[in-house]
This record gives sequence, structure tokens and C-alpha cells, in this order.
Amino acid sequence: MEFDTFMQSRILTGLTLGFHIIFATIGVGVPVMIMIAEWMGIRKNDPHYRLLARRWARGFTVTVAVGVVTGTAIGMQLSLLWPSFMQLAGQVIALPLFMETFAFFFEAIFLGIYLYTWDRFKKPIYHCLLVIPVVIGSSASAFFITTVNAFMNTPQGFKLENGVITGIEPLKAMFNPATPTKVAHVLSSAYLTSAFVLAAITAWFILRGSRSDYYQKALRLTMTWSLVFAIATAVIGDLSGKFLAEYQPEKLAAAEWHFETEKQADLILGGVLDKETLEVKGELRIPMALSILAGSHPDTEVTGLNEFPRDLWPPLYVHYLFDLMVGIGMYLAAVAGLFVLVRIWKKKHEWNPWLLRLIVLGGPLSMLAIELGWIFTEVGRQPWILRGFMRTDEGVTTSANVGQMLVLFSGLYAVLGIVCTVVLIRMFRKNPPEKEMGKRGIEGGGQHVV
Amino acid sequence: MSYELIGITVLWLFLYGYVIVASIDFGAGFFSYYGKVTGKGEVINQVINRYLSPVWEVTNVFLIFFLVGIVGFFPDTAYYFGTALLVPGSIALILLAIRGSFYAFHHYGSKPNTFYEFLYGTTGLLIPASLATILTISEGGFIEKKGNEVVLLMDTLLKSPYSWSVVLLALVSVLFISASFLTYYAHKAEDYEAERVLHKWALGWSLPTIFASFLVFVAMSDHNMQHFTSMLDNSWMFVVSMGFFTLAVYLLMVRKYYGWMFLSVLLQFGFAFFGYGKSHLPYILYPYITVQGSVNNPVMAQALIWAFIGGLSLLVPSLLLLMKLFLFDAKYVKGR
Ligand code: HDD
Ligand code: HEM
Ligand code: HEM
Repeated sequence: MEFDTFMQSRILTGLTLGFHIIFATIGVGVPVMIMIAEWMGIRKNDPHYRLLARRWARGFTVTVAVGVVTGTAIGMQLSLLWPSFMQLAGQVIALPLFMETFAFFFEAIFLGIYLYTWDRFKKPIYHCLLVIPVVIGSSASAFFITTVNAFMNTPQGFKLENGVITGIEPLKAMFNPATPTKVAHVLSSAYLTSAFVLAAITAWFILRGSRSDYYQKALRLTMTWSLVFAIATAVIGDLSGKFLAEYQPEKLAAAEWHFETEKQADLILGGVLDKETLEVKGELRIPMALSILAGSHPDTEVTGLNEFPRDLWPPLYVHYLFDLMVGIGMYLAAVAGLFVLVRIWKKKHEWNPWLLRLIVLGGPLSMLAIELGWIFTEVGRQPWILRGFMRTDEGVTTSANVGQMLVLFSGLYAVLGIVCTVVLIRMFRKNPPEKEMGKRGIEGGGQHVV
Repeated sequence: MSYELIGITVLWLFLYGYVIVASIDFGAGFFSYYGKVTGKGEVINQVINRYLSPVWEVTNVFLIFFLVGIVGFFPDTAYYFGTALLVPGSIALILLAIRGSFYAFHHYGSKPNTFYEFLYGTTGLLIPASLATILTISEGGFIEKKGNEVVLLMDTLLKSPYSWSVVLLALVSVLFISASFLTYYAHKAEDYEAERVLHKWALGWSLPTIFASFLVFVAMSDHNMQHFTSMLDNSWMFVVSMGFFTLAVYLLMVRKYYGWMFLSVLLQFGFAFFGYGKSHLPYILYPYITVQGSVNNPVMAQALIWAFIGGLSLLVPSLLLLMKLFLFDAKYVKGR
């Protein structure tokens, strides 16, 4: 592999998106959790939940800022690094990109209002209603941007003849075969990750000795919702596999190291691939599971990679990314399920330190799953940038300075990542919930100050 | 009206919106830092923060809207500008990123931090300069097409008097727009001490603004005669702009009707901005891209316009609510 403009552009795109997606995921998921917490607080008339919403919202503003600036970077970089691609694709898929900006606009306006009106309304429910547009705006922007990405995987709604595009149908392009599963999976995994990250932070504090009601309520709330979202994510992930089997079989085959088209195909977990002979060693085989993943029945025929010319194969290391993502998905569902079971049947073990440690581990793992999932779908689409129409190397810029920009942006993301983390940690350490409860006269204040 | 005309008008309107709200934002950041260094900070900071905090994110969306919109309506711009602007565009991006995030770190973090404030105060002045350069490039003469490659002539750009006059105009306009808005806001907040300081700044930056505009005119005649003649054909717009400028300065001097004063500033820049834009047509980038030649296919253009109408009917009420709560709510403005 050469370290040319093409390679540098790919790395810079991956770097920016990989950094943005951390904040985008939080940006999509956390408003949902804030909405749930504030609503619980009003319904149960319990100030703990409202405080929870308030504190989450405060941390959220900091991550949103980084999400906005890195998102701006992507918006511009797509044109700067892939000008030919944007020129071509823009003719067909400009609509959802354009609508996304309205969704952001809507979200930004109401987020501003929400943050500065905590005590301005006589009825707390009015304030709670203001978070709904934020949830709608952020999930809608995820929806729109994901349709663009879905289009890159299964383009439709136009004809391409000698480089000229005709017969354009913007809505058909937007609602392409990849859209339903992709949008649903992206949304559910963002909700799951946000709920789990919040649960992990809470569990961390409980491990460090904070045992007041406030933390217990926070942990129960986040873990219960984590379970819901984890199940949804796994079910939709399964549907995504079925989508791939039908519309992008080479991606599924690469993820599964599945070379021969066959029925009753085995699912391969882990293992090592011999690049020459294409033999797999040291793997764990689950008989017929791949056929079931692809079509719900052991007799489903699963297309193998050998049906495709070799220069159109995606890189085969995506197998590990896929396995890890699915593995983490199982882990998250299991931990959340365990917590809920223990809470129902063995109440006194609810605060078992080992259980709490498993929850803490789930936070970073869920974010890792997001990264793995995206790298898997993006790399799994290669060598296409627009599957079947344009190869990635045809879309790239001709500018000679991408290397310097790569250095510059790496530095920027490093600084933003570090400062953002430090600011968040300081923010919550300087003003722990106990102190805030004391100040607001909520029961439980002043106990167990860390 | 044809699709391309609707498209470019809408985009230009949003760019105008960005110029105004971003100027207020950037200038305020700079004043607040300057105030801190010179010890006048405490007086004006409160006014600045109360206005800025709820709206900074909205400002950024105006820019995104323009960027995404122009690529949507005129996909060829992605190709030309995309290829040529990698370096200046990336620099502007990094400045925007530093400014936006450190603003949030400073204001939402646990304690104010002078270094963060320095960062967002100064980047606020560099961003208008770097974004203005992109408008300069659209005048032509700085981009060359060699076979399949589009190159930016960095040297020519750095040595061009026109380019520097635009940078100068961008800087002083930011400070003028910002100071005149904040004077109005401080007055509404009945914070007379802050008003006094800001009023002085507004007056102080008024003459440099008009001086820089004349410089741009002169440099333009030297750089792009075609655009300059076309500007002369639309000279009434610049005359009206000048009229509103005079009115604004007059109101500032007599210290009355600050609301009307700021409105005059808006109209001054509005007329000049649309005069410039109108005479720039049909070119988006001299001489490579025209609006007619690059407009997206009619199907997509129509879809975008419908999306725009739908989006606006959602946004306008929300924006009005935002303004009602934070700009025109006397209790909030006065900090109660
Ligand atoms: C918390 C994150 C997370 C978790 C636990 C999972 N996924 Fe996932 N997955 C994603 C986060 C994600 C993602 C980041 O959202 C991706 C990347 C792009 C996309 O469409 O969704 C994705 C893509 C993705 C794809 C590719 C879709 C495509 O290319 O169109 C498949 C087949 C799966 N997932 C399947 C699963 C299965 C069977 C899981 C079992 C539990 C699973 N995922 C858990
Ligand atoms: C509208 C949605 C998206 C568009 C238009 C898009 C576009 C692109 C493009 C043009 C490339 C370069 C191709 C390449 O590097 O091989 C790419 C690669 C990549 N994208 Fe996406 N992308 C989108 C969504 C995402 C998201 C949300 C992520 C999340 C992190 C992501 C992650 C990546 C990664 C990691 C690469 C590098 C792949 C590699 O090295 O081969 N993409 N994407
Ligand atoms: C599926 C993956 C993605 C998700 C879920 C996502 C979601 C988000 C969220 C929640 C924000 C913060 C917006 C706000 O709070 O105002 C954001 C910012 C942004 N994202 Fe992403 N994004 C994704 C990928 C992308 C891609 C691929 C692009 C480029 C086309 C993009 C462009 C932007 C832009 C331009 C902003 C800044 C908008 C603003 O100023 O408010 N995003 N994104």
C-alpha cells in the first residue's frame, strides 16, 4: 500500500468520521435519556430524576460542542477530499444532506432554549416538553445522514450513461434498500451506547462509595433502558445481516470468510486466515448459523466471495471487526439482563461489586462497538465509494497537500479529545450530586461526599 | 424565477444571516477578551454572555446550511472549490473547531479559563479573515485549471491588494456590527456602564468600516473589471447602503433609538451584500462556474426547494420563540 494522496484522504476521512461518531452517538442518544429522566421526575414527583436530567444535560452541552465542530469538519471535508464523488452523488442524494441541516437547526434552537429555561416556567412539564424537539432533531439528523450512507451502499434512483446522470428520483435514492435496517440499527445502537455509558459512569461512582438513592435510581433507570436497547440492537443487527445477504452479499461473505456459495453454511467465529489458500484455522464453527443469520432458515443459500472477481473483494480483516461488534452486543445484552434479573430476584446483590465492574467495562466497550461497526461497513464497501458505480479512488481529490492536513487535523482531534475529557471530569468532580442536592434542598444532599 | 435564481438567493440570504450573527458572535468574543486584558472586562462580560450563551450553536448552523446548500444546488462547486480550497478551507475549519469547542469549554466547564478565552477571542477574528478569502477566490484569477487538475495560486492570492482589502473589510465589519448590536442590547438591559464602553467602540469602528469598503471598491476595479462594471450598474444599492450607514452613525452620535440604529446597520450591510452578490451573477466562480451552467438537475432542484419551504415553516416559529425568550424578554435581558 502506497502512502499517496488517496491513502491519506482515506485516513483523514476515517479519522474525522471516527472522531465525530463518538460525539454524534452521544448527541443522538443522550437527549433520549434526558427526556426519560425528566419525565420520570415529573411523573413520580421525584427531584432526584430531575437533577439527573439536569446534570446529564450539562455534560451534554460540552460534547455537543465537539460534535458540532467535528460535524462541520466532515461536511466540508467530504467536498474537499472527495470532490468528484460529491459532484456526482450530489446530483442524486443532495436532498437528505440538505434536510439534515434543518434537523440540526431545529435541534440547536431548542437545545439553546432547553438549557437556559430550567427554572423559568411555572409548570415543570413545559420545560420537559422542550426536550422533545431536541430528541426529534438529533434522531432526524442521524436518519438523514444515514440514508446518505445507505445510498452509498445500495445506490438507486438514477441512471448513469457515459458519465451523465439521468432519470433522477430523489426519494427513491433516499429510501434505498439499505435505509430501513441501517437507520434502525444506527439509532438503536446510539441509544444503547448512550444509556450504557451513563450507566457505566454511575456504576463507577457507586464503586467508589457513593450509595445514596440518587445513584441507585440512576443505575436502575440506565440499566433497564440499556436492556431494552440492547435487545432492539441485536434484533435489528440480525435484520441487517439478512439485508446484506440479499443486497450486498460480498460484504457479508467477507465478514464471515465465506468463499463457496452453499446452503447450511457455518458461522465462523475468530480464527486465522491463510491469504494464499484461503483456509481458516483455529476458528469456532457454529453449524448452519450463517444460513440462519442470512435467511432465518438452515437451507438458505449464502453467496460466497468466489462469485466475485478478486479485485472487488473487500479487505478480509473486516471479519474480526464484525465478530467483535457482535460479541460486544451479546456482552451488553447479557450484563444488562443480569442486572435486571438480580434486581428482581436477588435484591440484596444488586450492588455486587463484580456486577458493577462489568457495567463499568460495558461503557467503553459499547463505544468501541460503534467504531468497529462503522469501520466494518465502510471498509466492507471497498473498493466502492458508490457501490457498482464509482470506485473510491475515482472520487478522490487531486490536491497534493492532504498529508499536511492529516497532520494538522490529527493534532486538532488530539487536543479536542483531551481537553474535552478534562473539562468533563473537572465539571463533575467540582460539583458532585451531593453538593448540588444540598444546594437545591433535595433529600440525600450532603451524604457521602466523594 | 428560475431554479438557479431561487437557489442562489436562498443561499445568499443564509450567508447574509451567517455574516450578521457570526459577526456579533465573533466580535463579542473578541471584545470580551480585550475587555479582560484591559480591565474593562467585568462591565461588559455579563451583557455579552447573556446574549451569546443560548445562541452560539445556531450561528454555526447558518454556515453549515450554506455549505451543504451550495453543494446541493450547484454540485460543480464541490468539484472546483473542493479541489482548490483544501488548504485554506482546512485552516478555516480548524479555526472554527477551536473557537466553537473552546467557547463551550470556557463557559460550561467548571471554571472560566483565561487561555480558553484567549483562544476563542482571537480565533474569532481569524475566521472572518479566512472565510472572506474564499469570497476573494470566487472573483477569479486565483484558480487555474490545468488539464484535469484545479490549482489554487497561493502566491498570487497572498500578493493581491484586493485580497488584503477584503480581509481588512471583514475584520472591521465584524467589530462594527458586533459593537453596534451590543450597544443596543446593553441599553435594553439597562446596563449603562457597559453601554458607555460599547457605544464608544461602535462609533470608533464605524469610519474604518466605510474606509475599508472604499478600499475594496478601488481594489476591485483593478482586479476584476467585469464585476466592477456590473457593480456600477447596480450602484443604487450601494448608495442606499451608504445612506443607512450615515443614519446609523447619526443615531449613535445622538445616542437615541438604538433599535433603529442597529436595524440601519443591518440594512447597510444587507444592501451592500446583496449589491455585491447581484453583480457577481451569473458567476459563482469567475470564469469557470455560472449559476445556469452548474445548477443541479430540475428534479433535484425542485425537491430541494420543497425541502427548503418545509424546513422554513419549522424553523421560523422556532427562531421566533428563541428570540422571544432571550432577545425580547425584558426580564431575561436584564438578568432577572
Ligand atoms: C453499540 C453498537 C453496536 C452493537 C452492539 C451492534 N452493532 Fe451492528 N453496527 C453498529 C453498531 C452496533 C453501527 C455502528 O451502528 C453499524 C455501522 C453502520 C451501520 O449501519 O450500523 C453496524 C453495522 C452492522 C451491520 C452492517 C450493516 C450494513 O453494512 O448495512 C451488521 C450486519 C450488523 N451491524 C449486525 C450486528 C449484529 C448481528 C449485532 C448483534 C448483537 C450487532 N450488529 C451489534
Ligand atoms: C453520509 C455518510 C457517510 C459518507 C458520505 C461517508 C463517506 C466516506 C468516504 C468517501 C470514505 C472514503 C473511502 C475509503 O476510505 O475507503 C469513507 C471511508 C470511511 N468512513 Fe465513511 N462515510 C459516511 C459515514 C460514515 C460514518 C458515520 C462513519 C463513522 C465513523 C464512517 C467511517 C468511515 C471510515 C472509518 C472510513 C475509512 C475506511 C477505510 O479506511 O477504508 N463513515 N467514508
Ligand atoms: C450516522 C452517523 C452520524 C450521526 C449519528 C451524526 C449525528 C450528529 C449529531 C448528533 C451532531 C450534533 C448536532 C447538534 O447537536 O447540533 C452532528 C453534527 C454534525 N454532523 Fe454528524 N452525524 C453522523 C455522521 C455525519 C456525517 C457522515 C456527516 C457529513 C456529511 C455529518 C455532518 C455533520 C455536521 C455538518 C454537523 C454539524 C451540524 C451543526 O452545526 O449543528 N455527520 N452529527
